[in-house]
Amino acid sequence: MSGLHHIKAQLDSFLIEIGDISYFSARFFKEAFKRPFEFKEFLNQCYNMGNKSLMLVGITGFIIGLVLTLQTRPTLMEFGAVSWIPSMVSISIVREIGPILTALVCAGRIGSGIGAELGSMRVTEQIDAMEVSGTNPFKFLVVTRVLAVTLMLPLLVIIGDAIALFGSFLVENAKGNVSFILYFNQVFDALKFGDIMPATIKSLFFGLAIGLVGCYKGYYCEKGTAGVGRAANSAVVFASLLLFIIDFIAVFVTDIFFDL
Amino acid sequence: MNDDKHISNQDIVLEIKDLHKSFGDNHVLNGFNLTLHQGENLVIMGKSGSGKSVMIKCLVGLMEADSGSISVMHNDITALDQRALDILRADIGFLFQGSALYDSMTVRENLEFPLRRHSKKNDNHTNTETLVIEALDNVGLKDAIDLMPSELSGGMQKRVALARALILKPKIMLYDEPTSGLDPITAKEIILLMQDIQNTYGTSSLIITHDVDCARVISDRMLLLIDGKDYVLGTFSELSKQEDPKIKAFFKQ
Repeated sequence: MSGLHHIKAQLDSFLIEIGDISYFSARFFKEAFKRPFEFKEFLNQCYNMGNKSLMLVGITGFIIGLVLTLQTRPTLMEFGAVSWIPSMVSISIVREIGPILTALVCAGRIGSGIGAELGSMRVTEQIDAMEVSGTNPFKFLVVTRVLAVTLMLPLLVIIGDAIALFGSFLVENAKGNVSFILYFNQVFDALKFGDIMPATIKSLFFGLAIGLVGCYKGYYCEKGTAGVGRAANSAVVFASLLLFIIDFIAVFVTDIFFDL
Repeated sequence: MNDDKHISNQDIVLEIKDLHKSFGDNHVLNGFNLTLHQGENLVIMGKSGSGKSVMIKCLVGLMEADSGSISVMHNDITALDQRALDILRADIGFLFQGSALYDSMTVRENLEFPLRRHSKKNDNHTNTETLVIEALDNVGLKDAIDLMPSELSGGMQKRVALARALILKPKIMLYDEPTSGLDPITAKEIILLMQDIQNTYGTSSLIITHDVDCARVISDRMLLLIDGKDYVLGTFSELSKQEDPKIKAFFKQ
Protein backbone atom coordinates (compact mmCIF):
# COMPACT_ATOMS: atom_id res chain seq x y z
CA MET A 1 0.00 0.00 0.00
CA SER A 2 2.82 2.39 0.92
CA GLY A 3 4.42 1.56 -2.44
CA LEU A 4 1.22 2.61 -4.20
CA HIS A 5 1.14 5.83 -2.18
CA HIS A 6 4.74 6.49 -3.14
CA ILE A 7 3.97 5.98 -6.84
CA LYS A 8 0.89 8.23 -6.55
CA ALA A 9 2.91 10.95 -4.82
CA GLN A 10 5.59 10.78 -7.53
CA LEU A 11 2.97 10.90 -10.27
CA ASP A 12 1.31 13.89 -8.59
CA SER A 13 4.60 15.70 -8.32
CA PHE A 14 5.43 14.91 -11.98
CA LEU A 15 2.05 16.20 -13.17
CA ILE A 16 2.38 19.34 -11.02
CA GLU A 17 5.80 19.99 -12.54
CA ILE A 18 4.39 19.55 -16.06
CA GLY A 19 1.65 22.05 -15.17
CA ASP A 20 4.18 24.52 -13.76
CA ILE A 21 6.41 24.26 -16.84
CA SER A 22 3.36 24.75 -19.09
CA TYR A 23 2.43 27.89 -17.14
CA PHE A 24 6.04 29.07 -17.30
CA SER A 25 6.08 28.49 -21.08
CA ALA A 26 2.79 30.37 -21.53
CA ARG A 27 4.25 33.27 -19.56
CA PHE A 28 7.32 33.22 -21.81
CA PHE A 29 5.20 33.59 -24.97
CA LYS A 30 3.16 36.35 -23.31
CA GLU A 31 6.22 38.32 -22.17
CA ALA A 32 8.20 37.77 -25.39
CA PHE A 33 5.87 39.99 -27.39
CA LYS A 34 5.49 42.73 -24.79
CA ARG A 35 7.64 45.88 -24.63
CA PRO A 36 10.28 46.75 -23.57
CA PHE A 37 12.50 44.38 -25.57
CA GLU A 38 15.86 43.63 -24.01
CA PHE A 39 17.87 43.62 -27.26
CA LYS A 40 21.27 44.21 -25.67
CA GLU A 41 20.89 41.32 -23.25
CA PHE A 42 19.47 39.14 -26.05
CA LEU A 43 22.54 39.79 -28.23
CA ASN A 44 24.80 39.20 -25.25
CA GLN A 45 23.14 35.82 -24.66
CA CYS A 46 23.33 34.94 -28.38
CA TYR A 47 27.08 35.55 -28.18
CA ASN A 48 27.44 33.56 -24.96
CA MET A 49 25.42 30.61 -26.18
CA GLY A 50 26.32 30.61 -29.85
CA ASN A 51 29.92 31.65 -30.10
CA LYS A 52 31.03 29.96 -26.91
CA SER A 53 29.39 26.63 -27.86
CA LEU A 54 30.90 26.64 -31.32
CA MET A 55 34.13 24.85 -30.40
CA LEU A 56 32.34 22.07 -28.52
CA VAL A 57 29.77 21.55 -31.30
CA GLY A 58 32.52 21.69 -33.93
CA ILE A 59 34.70 19.08 -32.23
CA THR A 60 31.71 16.79 -31.60
CA GLY A 61 30.56 17.12 -35.21
CA PHE A 62 34.03 16.50 -36.61
CA ILE A 63 34.51 13.34 -34.54
CA ILE A 64 31.03 12.04 -35.40
CA GLY A 65 31.70 12.55 -39.11
CA LEU A 66 35.03 10.72 -38.86
CA VAL A 67 33.71 7.86 -36.75
CA LEU A 68 30.53 7.32 -38.75
CA THR A 69 32.49 7.07 -41.99
CA LEU A 70 35.20 4.86 -40.49
CA GLN A 71 32.64 2.51 -38.95
CA THR A 72 30.36 2.14 -41.98
CA ARG A 73 33.10 1.95 -44.62
CA PRO A 74 34.14 -1.72 -44.07
CA THR A 75 30.52 -2.94 -44.16
CA LEU A 76 29.70 -0.98 -47.30
CA MET A 77 32.92 -2.24 -48.91
CA GLU A 78 31.70 -5.81 -48.44
CA PHE A 79 28.63 -4.98 -50.54
CA GLY A 80 30.62 -2.87 -53.01
CA ALA A 81 28.67 0.20 -51.99
CA VAL A 82 31.48 2.50 -50.85
CA SER A 83 30.34 5.16 -53.31
CA TRP A 84 27.16 5.48 -51.25
CA ILE A 85 29.03 6.78 -48.24
CA PRO A 86 28.60 10.52 -48.96
CA SER A 87 24.85 10.08 -49.49
CA MET A 88 24.36 7.83 -46.51
CA VAL A 89 26.47 9.90 -44.12
CA SER A 90 24.97 13.22 -45.21
CA ILE A 91 21.37 12.04 -44.87
CA SER A 92 21.94 10.46 -41.48
CA ILE A 93 23.84 13.52 -40.20
CA VAL A 94 21.49 16.18 -41.54
CA ARG A 95 18.25 14.40 -40.70
CA GLU A 96 19.02 12.96 -37.30
CA ILE A 97 22.51 12.68 -35.86
CA GLY A 98 23.49 16.33 -36.30
CA PRO A 99 20.40 17.92 -34.71
CA ILE A 100 20.04 15.47 -31.81
CA LEU A 101 23.74 15.35 -30.93
CA THR A 102 24.16 19.12 -31.13
CA ALA A 103 21.02 19.53 -29.02
CA LEU A 104 22.30 17.06 -26.42
CA VAL A 105 25.68 18.79 -26.28
CA CYS A 106 23.90 22.15 -25.88
CA ALA A 107 21.55 20.73 -23.23
CA GLY A 108 24.69 19.86 -21.28
CA ARG A 109 26.52 23.11 -21.86
CA ILE A 110 23.77 25.73 -22.24
CA GLY A 111 20.92 24.10 -20.27
CA SER A 112 23.02 23.40 -17.20
CA GLY A 113 24.66 26.83 -17.52
CA ILE A 114 21.30 28.60 -17.52
CA GLY A 115 20.01 26.44 -14.65
CA ALA A 116 23.07 27.11 -12.51
CA GLU A 117 23.28 30.82 -13.35
CA LEU A 118 19.63 31.62 -12.68
CA GLY A 119 19.62 29.31 -9.67
CA SER A 120 22.57 31.09 -8.16
CA MET A 121 20.95 34.45 -8.91
CA ARG A 122 17.77 33.30 -7.15
CA VAL A 123 19.66 32.02 -4.10
CA THR A 124 21.77 35.17 -3.73
CA GLU A 125 18.69 37.43 -4.14
CA GLN A 126 19.99 38.94 -7.40
CA ILE A 127 16.63 38.25 -9.05
CA ASP A 128 14.87 40.04 -6.18
CA ALA A 129 17.32 42.94 -6.50
CA MET A 130 16.51 43.16 -10.19
CA GLU A 131 12.79 43.26 -9.48
CA VAL A 132 13.22 45.92 -6.79
CA SER A 133 15.17 48.06 -9.26
CA GLY A 134 12.08 48.15 -11.48
CA THR A 135 13.18 45.52 -14.00
CA ASN A 136 11.02 42.58 -14.95
CA PRO A 137 13.49 39.72 -14.23
CA PHE A 138 11.43 37.24 -16.23
CA LYS A 139 11.77 39.41 -19.32
CA PHE A 140 15.42 40.29 -18.74
CA LEU A 141 16.65 36.85 -17.76
CA VAL A 142 14.22 34.24 -19.10
CA VAL A 143 12.87 35.69 -22.35
CA THR A 144 16.31 36.74 -23.62
CA ARG A 145 17.90 33.39 -22.81
CA VAL A 146 15.11 31.25 -24.26
CA LEU A 147 15.02 33.32 -27.47
CA ALA A 148 18.79 33.23 -27.76
CA VAL A 149 19.08 29.45 -27.42
CA THR A 150 16.09 28.94 -29.76
CA LEU A 151 17.78 31.05 -32.43
CA MET A 152 21.32 29.79 -31.89
CA LEU A 153 20.63 26.07 -31.88
CA PRO A 154 19.63 25.75 -35.56
CA LEU A 155 22.74 27.75 -36.49
CA LEU A 156 24.92 25.49 -34.36
CA VAL A 157 23.26 22.44 -35.93
CA ILE A 158 24.02 23.73 -39.45
CA ILE A 159 27.65 24.44 -38.52
CA GLY A 160 27.95 21.09 -36.70
CA ASP A 161 26.54 19.25 -39.75
CA ALA A 162 28.97 21.00 -42.09
CA ILE A 163 31.95 20.12 -39.88
CA ALA A 164 30.74 16.50 -39.54
CA LEU A 165 30.51 16.19 -43.33
CA PHE A 166 34.00 17.66 -43.64
CA GLY A 167 35.25 15.05 -41.15
CA SER A 168 33.60 12.35 -43.24
CA PHE A 169 35.22 13.76 -46.39
CA LEU A 170 38.67 13.60 -44.78
CA VAL A 171 38.23 9.86 -44.16
CA GLU A 172 36.97 9.29 -47.68
CA ASN A 173 39.82 11.35 -49.07
CA ALA A 174 42.41 9.46 -47.05
CA LYS A 175 40.99 5.98 -47.60
CA GLY A 176 39.33 6.21 -50.98
CA ASN A 177 41.13 9.16 -52.58
CA VAL A 178 37.80 10.92 -53.14
CA SER A 179 38.11 14.58 -54.11
CA PHE A 180 36.39 17.44 -52.23
CA ILE A 181 34.22 18.32 -55.26
CA LEU A 182 33.16 14.74 -55.93
CA TYR A 183 32.32 14.09 -52.27
CA PHE A 184 30.23 17.23 -51.82
CA ASN A 185 28.56 16.82 -55.23
CA GLN A 186 27.25 13.50 -54.00
CA VAL A 187 26.26 15.02 -50.68
CA PHE A 188 24.17 17.76 -52.31
CA ASP A 189 22.68 15.31 -54.81
CA ALA A 190 21.48 13.14 -51.94
CA LEU A 191 20.06 15.91 -49.74
CA LYS A 192 16.54 17.14 -50.43
CA PHE A 193 14.38 19.95 -49.05
CA GLY A 194 12.56 17.32 -47.00
CA ASP A 195 15.84 16.51 -45.22
CA ILE A 196 17.02 20.02 -44.38
CA MET A 197 13.82 21.90 -43.55
CA PRO A 198 12.29 19.51 -40.97
CA ALA A 199 15.70 19.19 -39.28
CA THR A 200 16.00 22.98 -39.00
CA ILE A 201 12.46 23.36 -37.64
CA LYS A 202 13.12 20.51 -35.22
CA SER A 203 16.27 22.29 -34.02
CA LEU A 204 14.23 25.40 -33.20
CA PHE A 205 12.02 23.30 -30.93
CA PHE A 206 15.09 21.64 -29.39
CA GLY A 207 16.45 25.11 -28.56
CA LEU A 208 13.13 26.23 -27.15
CA ALA A 209 12.95 23.13 -24.93
CA ILE A 210 16.53 23.55 -23.65
CA GLY A 211 15.96 27.23 -22.90
CA LEU A 212 12.59 26.81 -21.21
CA VAL A 213 13.65 23.87 -19.05
CA GLY A 214 16.97 25.49 -18.05
CA CYS A 215 15.28 28.77 -17.17
CA TYR A 216 12.41 27.09 -15.32
CA LYS A 217 14.73 24.98 -13.19
CA GLY A 218 16.99 27.93 -12.38
CA TYR A 219 14.26 30.53 -11.87
CA TYR A 220 12.45 28.38 -9.31
CA CYS A 221 15.59 26.97 -7.74
CA GLU A 222 15.40 25.78 -4.14
CA LYS A 223 17.41 27.63 -1.52
CA GLY A 224 21.04 26.80 -0.85
CA THR A 225 23.98 25.63 -2.92
CA ALA A 226 22.49 22.13 -3.11
CA GLY A 227 19.45 23.70 -4.77
CA VAL A 228 21.66 25.29 -7.44
CA GLY A 229 23.33 21.92 -8.12
CA ARG A 230 19.96 20.21 -8.39
CA ALA A 231 18.67 22.94 -10.73
CA ALA A 232 21.65 22.53 -13.08
CA ASN A 233 21.48 18.74 -12.98
CA SER A 234 17.73 18.42 -13.48
CA ALA A 235 17.84 21.01 -16.27
CA VAL A 236 20.12 18.69 -18.26
CA VAL A 237 18.26 15.49 -17.42
CA PHE A 238 14.79 16.87 -18.11
CA ALA A 239 15.86 18.74 -21.27
CA SER A 240 17.61 15.63 -22.65
CA LEU A 241 14.49 13.53 -22.09
CA LEU A 242 12.36 16.22 -23.70
CA LEU A 243 14.68 16.35 -26.72
CA PHE A 244 14.04 12.68 -27.50
CA ILE A 245 10.28 13.15 -27.11
CA ILE A 246 10.35 16.16 -29.45
CA ASP A 247 12.54 14.20 -31.86
CA PHE A 248 10.05 11.33 -31.92
CA ILE A 249 7.15 13.72 -32.57
CA ALA A 250 9.16 15.57 -35.23
CA VAL A 251 10.01 12.36 -37.12
CA PHE A 252 6.37 11.29 -36.90
CA VAL A 253 5.12 14.64 -38.25
CA THR A 254 7.83 14.79 -40.93
CA ASP A 255 6.81 11.34 -42.09
CA ILE A 256 3.28 12.64 -42.66
CA PHE A 257 4.17 15.87 -44.46
CA PHE A 258 7.33 14.91 -46.34
CA ASP A 259 7.88 11.83 -48.45
CA LEU A 260 10.84 10.29 -46.61
CA MET B 1 20.40 58.79 18.90
CA ASN B 2 17.84 61.41 17.95
CA ASP B 3 15.40 60.77 20.81
CA ASP B 4 14.12 64.31 20.79
CA LYS B 5 13.42 64.44 17.06
CA HIS B 6 9.97 65.83 16.43
CA ILE B 7 7.77 63.34 14.64
CA SER B 8 4.33 64.29 13.40
CA ASN B 9 1.60 62.10 11.95
CA GLN B 10 1.40 64.14 8.74
CA ASP B 11 4.77 63.04 7.45
CA ILE B 12 4.24 59.29 7.39
CA VAL B 13 6.06 57.83 4.36
CA LEU B 14 5.38 54.20 5.06
CA GLU B 15 2.57 52.50 6.92
CA ILE B 16 1.74 48.86 7.48
CA LYS B 17 -1.56 47.88 9.06
CA ASP B 18 -2.60 44.47 10.33
CA LEU B 19 -0.26 42.51 8.04
CA HIS B 20 -0.70 38.74 7.93
CA LYS B 21 1.48 36.25 6.09
CA SER B 22 1.57 32.47 6.44
CA PHE B 23 3.48 29.66 4.80
CA GLY B 24 1.21 26.66 5.20
CA ASP B 25 0.63 26.28 8.93
CA ASN B 26 3.48 28.58 9.80
CA HIS B 27 1.94 31.98 10.62
CA VAL B 28 4.92 34.29 10.20
CA LEU B 29 3.19 37.65 10.50
CA ASN B 30 0.10 37.93 12.71
CA GLY B 31 -1.27 41.44 12.43
CA PHE B 32 1.94 43.42 12.17
CA ASN B 33 1.77 47.24 12.25
CA LEU B 34 4.40 49.88 11.53
CA THR B 35 4.72 53.55 10.64
CA LEU B 36 7.83 55.25 9.29
CA HIS B 37 8.08 59.02 9.26
CA GLN B 38 9.93 61.38 6.94
CA GLY B 39 13.65 61.45 7.74
CA GLU B 40 13.35 58.84 10.48
CA ASN B 41 15.56 55.81 11.11
CA LEU B 42 13.39 52.98 12.37
CA VAL B 43 15.17 49.83 13.48
CA ILE B 44 13.32 46.51 13.56
CA MET B 45 14.74 43.73 15.67
CA GLY B 46 13.49 40.20 15.98
CA LYS B 47 14.73 36.66 16.35
CA SER B 48 15.82 34.68 13.29
CA GLY B 49 12.77 33.39 11.47
CA SER B 50 10.50 35.94 13.13
CA GLY B 51 9.39 37.32 9.75
CA LYS B 52 11.47 40.49 9.43
CA SER B 53 12.70 39.67 5.94
CA VAL B 54 9.24 38.46 4.91
CA MET B 55 7.80 41.79 6.08
CA ILE B 56 10.37 43.84 4.16
CA LYS B 57 9.77 41.75 1.02
CA CYS B 58 6.01 42.31 1.30
CA LEU B 59 6.81 46.03 1.54
CA VAL B 60 8.38 46.19 -1.92
CA GLY B 61 6.01 43.73 -3.54
CA LEU B 62 8.47 40.84 -3.73
CA MET B 63 6.02 38.80 -1.69
CA GLU B 64 2.27 39.01 -1.52
CA ALA B 65 0.77 39.41 1.95
CA ASP B 66 -2.26 37.29 2.90
CA SER B 67 -4.09 40.32 4.29
CA GLY B 68 -3.49 43.79 5.64
CA SER B 69 -2.52 47.05 4.00
CA ILE B 70 0.85 48.49 3.02
CA SER B 71 1.05 52.14 2.12
CA VAL B 72 4.28 53.53 0.69
CA MET B 73 4.24 57.30 0.21
CA HIS B 74 0.44 57.16 0.28
CA ASN B 75 0.26 54.44 -2.39
CA ASP B 76 -1.40 51.18 -1.45
CA ILE B 77 1.14 48.82 -2.98
CA THR B 78 -1.25 45.87 -2.96
CA ALA B 79 -3.52 47.80 -5.34
CA LEU B 80 -0.81 49.01 -7.76
CA ASP B 81 -0.36 47.47 -11.19
CA GLN B 82 3.13 46.31 -12.20
CA ARG B 83 4.02 49.52 -14.06
CA ALA B 84 2.99 51.77 -11.17
CA LEU B 85 4.82 49.52 -8.73
CA ASP B 86 8.01 49.73 -10.81
CA ILE B 87 7.78 53.55 -10.85
CA LEU B 88 7.26 53.61 -7.09
CA ARG B 89 10.22 51.27 -6.59
CA ALA B 90 12.52 53.99 -8.00
CA ASP B 91 11.86 55.87 -4.75
CA ILE B 92 12.77 52.88 -2.59
CA GLY B 93 16.36 51.75 -2.10
CA PHE B 94 16.91 48.20 -0.89
CA LEU B 95 20.15 46.92 0.60
CA PHE B 96 20.00 43.13 0.59
CA GLN B 97 21.52 41.01 3.33
CA GLY B 98 23.99 39.36 0.96
CA SER B 99 24.53 42.53 -1.13
CA ALA B 100 22.91 40.82 -4.19
CA LEU B 101 25.32 42.38 -6.68
CA TYR B 102 24.88 41.04 -10.22
CA ASP B 103 27.95 38.84 -10.40
CA SER B 104 28.10 38.73 -14.20
CA MET B 105 28.41 42.52 -14.34
CA THR B 106 31.18 44.89 -13.30
CA VAL B 107 30.69 47.39 -10.49
CA ARG B 108 30.02 50.07 -13.12
CA GLU B 109 27.36 47.94 -14.84
CA ASN B 110 25.78 47.11 -11.48
CA LEU B 111 25.31 50.81 -10.79
CA GLU B 112 24.23 51.64 -14.33
CA PHE B 113 21.53 48.96 -14.24
CA PRO B 114 18.91 50.84 -12.15
CA LEU B 115 19.80 54.10 -13.91
CA ARG B 116 19.01 52.65 -17.33
CA ARG B 117 15.73 51.22 -16.02
CA HIS B 118 14.62 54.59 -14.70
CA SER B 119 16.22 56.86 -17.27
CA LYS B 120 13.36 59.37 -17.09
CA LYS B 121 14.11 60.00 -13.46
CA ASN B 122 17.62 61.05 -14.42
CA ASP B 123 16.88 63.21 -17.44
CA ASN B 124 18.13 66.30 -15.65
CA HIS B 125 21.44 64.75 -14.70
CA THR B 126 24.51 65.20 -16.86
CA ASN B 127 25.15 61.57 -17.66
CA THR B 128 25.21 58.08 -16.30
CA GLU B 129 28.99 58.01 -15.91
CA THR B 130 29.01 61.05 -13.64
CA LEU B 131 26.27 59.58 -11.46
CA VAL B 132 28.07 56.25 -11.17
CA ILE B 133 31.35 57.88 -10.18
CA GLU B 134 29.58 60.17 -7.71
CA ALA B 135 27.77 57.24 -6.10
CA LEU B 136 30.98 55.22 -5.80
CA ASP B 137 32.83 58.23 -4.44
CA ASN B 138 30.18 58.54 -1.71
CA VAL B 139 31.02 55.04 -0.50
CA GLY B 140 34.77 55.47 -1.01
CA LEU B 141 35.11 52.95 -3.85
CA LYS B 142 35.76 55.05 -6.93
CA ASP B 143 38.77 52.92 -7.84
CA ALA B 144 36.72 49.71 -7.89
CA ILE B 145 34.57 50.85 -10.81
CA ASP B 146 35.82 48.26 -13.30
CA LEU B 147 36.17 45.33 -10.90
CA MET B 148 33.86 42.34 -10.80
CA PRO B 149 31.90 41.71 -7.56
CA SER B 150 33.91 38.51 -7.01
CA GLU B 151 37.07 40.64 -6.75
CA LEU B 152 35.65 42.64 -3.83
CA SER B 153 35.67 41.84 -0.11
CA GLY B 154 32.37 41.44 1.79
CA GLY B 155 32.55 44.98 3.13
CA MET B 156 33.32 46.42 -0.31
CA GLN B 157 30.43 44.48 -1.82
CA LYS B 158 28.14 45.96 0.83
CA ARG B 159 29.38 49.46 -0.03
CA VAL B 160 28.82 48.93 -3.75
CA ALA B 161 25.35 47.54 -3.02
CA LEU B 162 24.69 50.65 -0.94
CA ALA B 163 25.86 52.88 -3.79
CA ARG B 164 23.58 50.98 -6.17
CA ALA B 165 20.62 51.33 -3.82
CA LEU B 166 21.25 55.06 -3.51
CA ILE B 167 22.01 55.92 -7.11
CA LEU B 168 18.40 56.82 -7.85
CA LYS B 169 18.32 59.01 -4.73
CA PRO B 170 15.44 57.13 -3.11
CA LYS B 171 13.15 58.68 -0.53
CA ILE B 172 13.01 55.50 1.54
CA MET B 173 15.90 53.11 2.26
CA LEU B 174 15.30 49.54 3.38
CA TYR B 175 18.26 47.78 4.96
CA ASP B 176 18.05 44.01 5.46
CA GLU B 177 20.69 43.17 8.08
CA PRO B 178 23.27 45.64 6.74
CA THR B 179 26.07 44.53 9.08
CA SER B 180 25.56 40.77 9.02
CA GLY B 181 28.61 38.75 8.05
CA LEU B 182 30.97 41.71 8.50
CA ASP B 183 33.77 42.10 11.01
CA PRO B 184 33.14 44.72 13.75
CA ILE B 185 35.34 47.38 12.11
CA THR B 186 33.74 47.04 8.68
CA ALA B 187 30.30 46.87 10.32
CA LYS B 188 31.02 50.17 12.06
CA GLU B 189 32.13 51.70 8.75
CA ILE B 190 28.86 50.63 7.14
CA ILE B 191 26.86 52.08 10.04
CA LEU B 192 28.69 55.41 9.73
CA LEU B 193 28.10 55.35 5.99
CA MET B 194 24.38 54.80 6.58
CA GLN B 195 24.36 57.78 8.94
CA ASP B 196 26.16 59.95 6.39
CA ILE B 197 23.66 58.97 3.75
CA GLN B 198 20.76 59.78 6.04
CA ASN B 199 22.27 63.19 6.78
CA THR B 200 23.12 63.94 3.15
CA TYR B 201 19.97 62.77 1.42
CA GLY B 202 17.44 63.02 4.27
CA THR B 203 16.09 59.57 3.45
CA SER B 204 13.73 57.70 5.74
CA SER B 205 15.22 54.35 6.65
CA LEU B 206 13.85 51.04 7.80
CA ILE B 207 16.65 48.92 9.18
CA ILE B 208 16.36 45.26 10.01
CA THR B 209 19.20 44.11 12.21
CA HIS B 210 20.37 41.78 14.96
CA ASP B 211 23.21 44.13 15.77
CA VAL B 212 22.50 46.03 19.01
CA ASP B 213 25.43 48.39 18.38
CA CYS B 214 23.99 49.26 14.99
CA ALA B 215 20.57 49.86 16.58
CA ARG B 216 22.09 52.02 19.32
CA VAL B 217 23.97 54.24 16.88
CA ILE B 218 21.47 54.62 14.11
CA SER B 219 17.93 54.27 15.49
CA ASP B 220 15.51 57.11 16.12
CA ARG B 221 12.95 54.51 17.18
CA MET B 222 13.07 50.74 17.56
CA LEU B 223 10.41 48.13 17.05
CA LEU B 224 10.64 44.58 18.33
CA LEU B 225 8.96 41.93 16.19
CA ILE B 226 7.90 39.03 18.40
CA ASP B 227 5.42 36.26 17.52
CA GLY B 228 4.66 37.94 14.21
CA LYS B 229 3.48 41.16 15.87
CA ASP B 230 4.90 44.59 16.62
CA TYR B 231 5.55 43.76 20.25
CA VAL B 232 6.92 47.06 21.46
CA LEU B 233 7.95 50.41 19.99
CA GLY B 234 10.19 53.04 21.53
CA THR B 235 13.58 54.66 21.52
CA PHE B 236 16.71 52.57 22.14
CA SER B 237 17.13 54.01 25.65
CA GLU B 238 13.48 53.33 26.52
CA LEU B 239 13.55 49.74 25.36
CA SER B 240 16.93 48.92 26.82
CA LYS B 241 15.59 49.80 30.29
CA GLN B 242 12.50 47.57 30.05
CA GLU B 243 12.16 44.68 32.49
CA ASP B 244 10.07 42.45 30.21
CA PRO B 245 12.25 39.31 29.67
CA LYS B 246 11.24 39.09 25.99
CA ILE B 247 12.57 42.63 25.45
CA LYS B 248 15.58 42.23 27.73
CA ALA B 249 16.73 39.22 25.73
CA PHE B 250 17.50 41.47 22.75
CA PHE B 251 19.85 43.71 24.74
CA LYS B 252 21.81 40.94 26.47
CA GLN B 253 24.85 40.94 24.20
